[in-house]
Amino acid sequence: MSLTEERTATAAPQKSAPSRVGLRAIGVVLPLLLLGVWQLLATAGVYSPAQLPPPAEVASAFGDLVARGELWHHIAISTQRVLIGFAAGAALGLALGGLVGLSRTANAALSPTVQAIRAVPSLAWVPLLLLWLGVGETPKIVLVAIGAFFPVYTTVSAALSHVDPHLTEVGRAYGRSGLPLVATILFPAATPAILSGLRLGLAQGWLFLVAAELIASSMGLGFLLIDSQNTGRTDVMLLAIVLLAALGKLTDTFLGFAETRLQTARR
Amino acid sequence: MREPAGLEFSGVGRAFAVAGRHRQVLTGIDLTVAPGEVIALLGPSGCGKSTLLRLAAGLDAPSAGTVSVDGRPVRGIEPRCAVVFQEPRLLPWRTLFRNVAYGLPRGVTGEPARQEVEHWLRVVGLDAFAQHRPRQLSGGMAQRAALARALARRPGVLLLDEPFAALDALTRLRMQDLLAEVQREAGTTVLLVTHDADEALHLADRIVLLGSGSDAGSGPGSGSGSDDPEAGSVVRLVLPIPGARPRDRGDTTLAELRASLLSELGVNVHGRIQA
Repeated sequence: MSLTEERTATAAPQKSAPSRVGLRAIGVVLPLLLLGVWQLLATAGVYSPAQLPPPAEVASAFGDLVARGELWHHIAISTQRVLIGFAAGAALGLALGGLVGLSRTANAALSPTVQAIRAVPSLAWVPLLLLWLGVGETPKIVLVAIGAFFPVYTTVSAALSHVDPHLTEVGRAYGRSGLPLVATILFPAATPAILSGLRLGLAQGWLFLVAAELIASSMGLGFLLIDSQNTGRTDVMLLAIVLLAALGKLTDTFLGFAETRLQTARR
Repeated sequence: MREPAGLEFSGVGRAFAVAGRHRQVLTGIDLTVAPGEVIALLGPSGCGKSTLLRLAAGLDAPSAGTVSVDGRPVRGIEPRCAVVFQEPRLLPWRTLFRNVAYGLPRGVTGEPARQEVEHWLRVVGLDAFAQHRPRQLSGGMAQRAALARALARRPGVLLLDEPFAALDALTRLRMQDLLAEVQREAGTTVLLVTHDADEALHLADRIVLLGSGSDAGSGPGSGSGSDDPEAGSVVRLVLPIPGARPRDRGDTTLAELRASLLSELGVNVHGRIQA
């Protein structure tokens, strides 16, 4: 919902409150429509219940898992992996992206290598991480961190190296150099781009989480997916997918909320 | 307020390497500006007016000669100078108040800082807009805020790089009056880069005309410098303006000076080209 919110806020700041609520409500129409189509396809006999269980069955699977106390466990562990991995990857992305964006030497020395590493598909890391780090929490968190790192790194380095040279010159003319210049000119100028980089990083963190959990895990939403495939529980499989979508959207909404607040504060 | 400072260019030259080719912009500039004096730097575009100003600010370093403020050579960013650029260049994420505060010298904080920022906002007539963002302001207001930011630095020398060039004609006249008023109050030395002869005549004690060494008006070979257009600009003329500031814009002696200035700049006045 945050994307819609943002667009409403930026594109139509003059609009009155009711129409803004109206625009937000439009965002609910499509999911409801999809739900209706799902129900129709499942009951009309186009697919067998084993292929596509109706929404009600997915809801009852949700009830079962909640009653058995398993679901919260899966959700909690997945969220925890994403949050820790994202924090680590984003911090590293900020640091290295900052270095590459601010120093031409660092850029020349580091960016070809980083770009090459970036080209490695997420799944290619899994065997190596398992070999090095075992099957515990660490390899999953590291994989999420790798996923979150690259969007943050790329946007931060690009944003910092493209700050308006006129503003940088103002900073220099008013006696700022080094760290004070970064703190008063470069970083504030790059903040909007950095925030959208963080949102991209978080989204990619969720992608890499599922990659990690699909292959080697005994807990989490990715495990729920692969386990439901093995046991033929299509309803649980759909539930896991819906939950991943909801969680990804929820965490993105938090960051989007922070972004919008910052932009209105600066406006 | 800091005392007005003197500014001295002695034998200043500046050359750039553009695409591997050597380009001389300024050659042998000698100019002494007394404390409290207002100097207008006039010349055709591309003659190095702004380069000279950037040298005084320490934003650029001369290839030859020295620039000094109150007898001390400029090395790196000069704390006794403050620059106003052609564009306001306010920081869009800061309020007007915090933009002006950006100009404060290091170490001025707390209550004195607040009072000083408020003082300069009042001087430029923006005290009611302290909490506004730059994008909520008109071009003239933004440039006034940029002037307040420069004044908050308590400069001995105020360096103005065509500060009113991008404004509409009426706003420009108002800004010129404001600058004259602020200069009287603060007493700072002012180096004003402009391409507007009227602006120079209205505000300056002396007009310094930069241009190529060979005199454009009197044909090749007769100038003081070399004929080579790559030789860089020199001080072609220093013109003291009679009368105390602020001057009457309709003054007749000024009108005559204006005609001779424009012809120096290669503009045809009264249907003939003067030397």
